[in-house]
Amino acid sequence: MIYKNKIFRTAMTVFVIILCLLSLMPFVLLLSGSLTDEATLALYGYDLYPRKFSMDAYSYLWNLRAPIIRAYFMSFAITVFGTGANVVMTTLFAYPLSRKDLYGRQVISFFLFFTMLFNGGFVPTYLIYTRIFNISDTFAAMVVPYLMMNAFFVIMMRTYIMSNIPDEVIEAARIDGSSELRILTRIVMPMSRPIMATVALMAAIAYWNNWTNGVYFLSVRTELYGIQNVLNSVMANVTFLQSHSNAMVSTRQMPNVSIRMALAMIAVIPILAAYPFFQKYFVKGITVGSVKG
Amino acid sequence: MRKKSAVRRFRRSIPLYLMLLPGIIYLIVNNYMPMAGLALAFKKVNYALGLFQSPWVGFDNFVYLFRGNEAVIFFRNTILYNLTFILLGNFAGVLTAIALDAVRSKFFQRTSQVVILIPFLLSTVIVSYIAFAFLSGNNGFMNNTVLPLLGIEPISWYNNPKYWPYILTIVYLWMNFGYSSILYYSTLIGVDKAYYEAAVVDGAGIGKQITAITLPALKPTIITLVLLAVGRVCYSDFGLFYQVPMNSGMLYSTTQTIDTFVYRGLLQLNDIGRSTAAGFMQSVLGFILVLLANIIVRKLDKDSALF
Repeated sequence: MIYKNKIFRTAMTVFVIILCLLSLMPFVLLLSGSLTDEATLALYGYDLYPRKFSMDAYSYLWNLRAPIIRAYFMSFAITVFGTGANVVMTTLFAYPLSRKDLYGRQVISFFLFFTMLFNGGFVPTYLIYTRIFNISDTFAAMVVPYLMMNAFFVIMMRTYIMSNIPDEVIEAARIDGSSELRILTRIVMPMSRPIMATVALMAAIAYWNNWTNGVYFLSVRTELYGIQNVLNSVMANVTFLQSHSNAMVSTRQMPNVSIRMALAMIAVIPILAAYPFFQKYFVKGITVGSVKG
Repeated sequence: MRKKSAVRRFRRSIPLYLMLLPGIIYLIVNNYMPMAGLALAFKKVNYALGLFQSPWVGFDNFVYLFRGNEAVIFFRNTILYNLTFILLGNFAGVLTAIALDAVRSKFFQRTSQVVILIPFLLSTVIVSYIAFAFLSGNNGFMNNTVLPLLGIEPISWYNNPKYWPYILTIVYLWMNFGYSSILYYSTLIGVDKAYYEAAVVDGAGIGKQITAITLPALKPTIITLVLLAVGRVCYSDFGLFYQVPMNSGMLYSTTQTIDTFVYRGLLQLNDIGRSTAAGFMQSVLGFILVLLANIIVRKLDKDSALF
């Protein structure tokens, strides 16, 4: 980029710095709110720095740790199972579609692609999952609906395979007598690692952040809630954690105002901590997957 | 002769079909059965009788949906919010991309890209907590710090519908500007620097460089992203409109969209008829708009079209 003008480039750099601060500032508000003394919060509200430092909210949450740890474990399990299933199904669908000699390829491609154009929407999806497949209040409800396979990523991976693995390589393996499954696992998958990593990351983020499946499909068995659903329930009712814990903690001493911010921090920190390690793939997933694979 | 080769190709494809099987089953359950389920919009759903036995009622659900002005309000909200988001979201994205491109330090350029994507990484539940930290009536940052600085009395944000078009737009932009700027920025990276050098030699200023080189380079991406978004104007981010206003009933006049109405109708108000009717219209209108948008995209830039 040229824009040969020092003033302009400096101004734009300052503008970008401001945008970065705007992106981060809300987290400062959360963090400071969670570390401020309850009475001070009642007087001055959430602020960008703790006027009076206090760890009360965190020590209170520590007493209620059982449901939080449980929710973390659930989120983790949902993400692992869901991501695994998603990557397996995406790969198993993308490889055959990449084969030009697949009989009926056009029909199957259209069958997949049509789901990107038209969908039944929430009501029929909900009724079919709950009334026909009886998925309510099961672990499957957190994994199966909506997130297990995405036509977009299948097409992305198919395109990747077609443009990165020469037909001759697969043809040679076939002539050597390799089975299709062997070709997939020994040749195609090792050569498709970057795209599989991208699909896995995007699926994992979608599962980790998902709260709608819990809201739609879990009504009785709230012990299946992931961390997002616990956050959601606490927002509606601060005593949710108490009613889901065996610990003896009286309501009176609860730091009502700071506890929400502390809980939000507890939910945010792991993803922010992991972000630097996967940001490269995340940016790639966005740019590759956005317009077209 | 040809028939024989078709049979042979089919036989040879059998292992591949087996690989496709899990995905095909999933698409049938998760996508195709719900499509067929749209027919429920013409039924009076009765759980006791079951989905299949419930009686057909023609257009009754639609007539009921458009009695009163509620439907008009949430259809209007959905479309107006989307148009605002498309306009401002792409403007913010292009502006940020140009700014990112002008940053000198490679290190800071890369770091800021990563930083502005953080809001996009969060779930809407977390975003609703952040909004709450700002807007809470008693303890919010707005009422306690920002408004007193401006000499304005505290505002009861969660009870006042008139502020929400602004709040939701700001929250939307905060969550998404990084995402769209990365898309535009990745287009700008591909622009040959020789164009700018030639322009500078010819005496072009910054304004001229942007209007004559940068914006034309972004044009196909802008058109594609805008049209694809127009194809989705009947859909809204359920979390943004449900979670961020904290499901507050007093705000429905400015926060209710098709998606929140359908959800509330089905799971909170047990008003299945109107929910199915609204959902049916969303799906069918959405389908038509996606097709139209894609036909236009394909005419303008074949590579960017979905089909």
